[in-house]
Amino acid sequence: MRTLSRRFALGAAAPVMALVFAIVSSSIVLLLAGSNPLHAYGDMLNHASKLETMVDILNRATPLFISGIAAAIGFRMNLFNIGVEGQYLLAALVAAEVGGVVRLPAPLHVALILLVGMTVGAAYSGVAGVLKVTRGISEVISTIMLNAIAVSGLIVAGLKVLQAGGAVGGNVTRVGTAQIPKSGRIPNLNKIVEIFTRDIGRDRKLTGVLVIAIAVGIGYHVLLNRSRFGYDLRASGANPFAAQAGGVSPKRMILTAMLLSGGVAGLVGMTEIMDSGLFPSNPIQGLGFAGIAVALLGRNSAIGAAIAALIFAFLDISSGILQNTGSASREIVQIMQALIILAAVVAYQVTERIRDREEAKAASAALSGVTA
Amino acid sequence: MIVVNYLKNMPAWARWMLYAVIGVAVLNIVQGFDDTTLLTAESSSRAMLRWSVPILLAGLGGLFAERAGVVNIGLEGMMVLGMWFGAWGALQFGAWWGVLLGALGGAMGGLLHAVATVQFGVNHVISGVAINILGPGAARFLSSEIFNKKFKSAGGSITQSPRVPTVGRFTFPFLAGGNLFGWKTPDFLGWLSKRHWVFVSHVGGIVRGLVSGMSWVTLFALAMVPFSAWLLWRTKFGLRLRISGERPEAGEAQGVNIYFYKYVGVIASGALAGLAGAFIASAELSGVYKEGSTNGRGFIGMAALIFGNWRPAGVLGGAMLFGYPFALKLQDLNGKASHALLLVTAIAMFAVMVWAMVRRNRGDTALAAVFGGLALLWYLLADTPPTWWAAILPYVIVLVVLIFFTKRLRPPAADGQVYRKGEV
Repeated sequence: MRTLSRRFALGAAAPVMALVFAIVSSSIVLLLAGSNPLHAYGDMLNHASKLETMVDILNRATPLFISGIAAAIGFRMNLFNIGVEGQYLLAALVAAEVGGVVRLPAPLHVALILLVGMTVGAAYSGVAGVLKVTRGISEVISTIMLNAIAVSGLIVAGLKVLQAGGAVGGNVTRVGTAQIPKSGRIPNLNKIVEIFTRDIGRDRKLTGVLVIAIAVGIGYHVLLNRSRFGYDLRASGANPFAAQAGGVSPKRMILTAMLLSGGVAGLVGMTEIMDSGLFPSNPIQGLGFAGIAVALLGRNSAIGAAIAALIFAFLDISSGILQNTGSASREIVQIMQALIILAAVVAYQVTERIRDREEAKAASAALSGVTA
Repeated sequence: MIVVNYLKNMPAWARWMLYAVIGVAVLNIVQGFDDTTLLTAESSSRAMLRWSVPILLAGLGGLFAERAGVVNIGLEGMMVLGMWFGAWGALQFGAWWGVLLGALGGAMGGLLHAVATVQFGVNHVISGVAINILGPGAARFLSSEIFNKKFKSAGGSITQSPRVPTVGRFTFPFLAGGNLFGWKTPDFLGWLSKRHWVFVSHVGGIVRGLVSGMSWVTLFALAMVPFSAWLLWRTKFGLRLRISGERPEAGEAQGVNIYFYKYVGVIASGALAGLAGAFIASAELSGVYKEGSTNGRGFIGMAALIFGNWRPAGVLGGAMLFGYPFALKLQDLNGKASHALLLVTAIAMFAVMVWAMVRRNRGDTALAAVFGGLALLWYLLADTPPTWWAAILPYVIVLVVLIFFTKRLRPPAADGQVYRKGEV
């Protein structure tokens, strides 16, 4: 029992240490820049306690969380899907266009958009998976290349083609894909939240994709921890040779993990296209890389990723208030995010070593008890 | 088969020279179909060199890290740091200080990567991703504190610096008529390129573009290629650095301080990436620090490293090849050169097809034929050539190279593995 609580303490110590380290070092940076860190943090927390800000944070955390799960699926299998970035942008573009063109009753329309997104995401990550399985090409390299091809090639080309016919009234050119009709958009959750709270003001809408994110999180947790497939996946991630001896084909697992990861990545862009009803000409970028950070900080667990996504979203949203009150440069939040990740990965590594050492010690103690 | 054997028996440099000449000849013919001379113009080769420098420096940066066994995905972030410090140093202290501080800024990123990966054994890819987030964030914060305050009146903002003073330019004496101690030497290649001798004058023009009007940083970057080769393969230091990336436990048994060499490799890697950033800020086109103008070239540098099979000369080749489409795109106002480039791609793919056929590799032959056919089809069907094609060409080339030549590539054996002293 004592060892169990100690294990838990070790597990929790790492992220807490990382947060403390990030806060202390950001404070130093702020002091050097001549700002008062306490004022800045006060403003951030104060701002975050407002209902509207919480809605903003949840809206931001939703895609971050989905992206984090997409990365985590790969990590569990020792695969680095750096390509979530390209996968989600491409998926969102195609899904938005399909959603804008097709006419279907509401639930089917939404389902189709989600399905198209997941398919495109999976297909694009599948390229990296196939390259790895058939040619032995590292997925890190191939997904970096595929990212660049998607972002500066396919998206640019796609937007050009899809915008070509779309002049909306007079000489105003349409920016982005065709508008998705109401039947294709997931309704927002304001009504549900407002049962418990006051009315959400200032045109804030809590994204309905949050429900999908929660479903993805639960699905991920169950699939990985409660299913045969999840066991095989974790086994081949931990030791592919042992898993193969146990009858798990590593190639099949690699391909499946890549497809799953890409499929989930295909949902990352849904928050944006459901909110605006189209794929804009300047979509939010960087969610893929942020997702990697979320997965790292959350240690590839669903709950951990949720907390990490909320922390990152909180920091993202806080940058706005820093700008308004002028208590610090808003860019400090980006530094804080990077410091948190770096500190977290180092802290995880350190605690892991401590744990390994203690386990070895306990094992040798137990053994010497047997021989004596 | 005789041709293949003959090619195999040639020394490597001669073979690559031959390939280069064939390449120029192909470009020369192909551009005629599209009624453009841009593909082999002197201005193109000069622009190619300029665009290649950041890729080359980043690639060499990757080389030093990966030869020491540390994968450096963080090149892009280190490049951004170098770009910021390069611009700031140049504004604050003068052009040469910019170059120096840019390298130092990148080296700081390298140090961070080394501490995380070497000291604490963090996964290399993870640490690199974190640095890629940190670099732009730090640059933006610093801009908001410095460019947007102290240099605001000069035109600075959160995303941009004012105009940055640049280091001078250099032209080779005798070859292209550069000055030697104040004496203007004859311009041999310039003379040659005006002769209108078939092909020879063309080559003269291309070479002249490569040896004239370059930044001093460019000269340094080019000199780094033979220097890195010498340092890594001909010195005791290089041997020890490379063993850290090949078999660290064997080096450890020989009494080599593996940690030290990994640190040196990764910090040097950051410094070179930082230098690439400083070059972008000061010597490239606009002469300003501007957010996003590294434009993924840290990643292209990695691509050049892989393309070049983890060797300095190969990195140079990759950098030139990847800089070329960017250089063309910049001058290609009517899109004809980009269009012609599609045909070049198709021809290259058919060359790969022949190569695979000679080796009796049916799968590869068919795959190359399909790729080549698609490129050819695209060339024939598209009359408004896609402008973004040039932007993604480097990445496509790397994927193609990986698809067909992975087995011929040989990365350092312990590349990307976490090393712990005393563990095998």
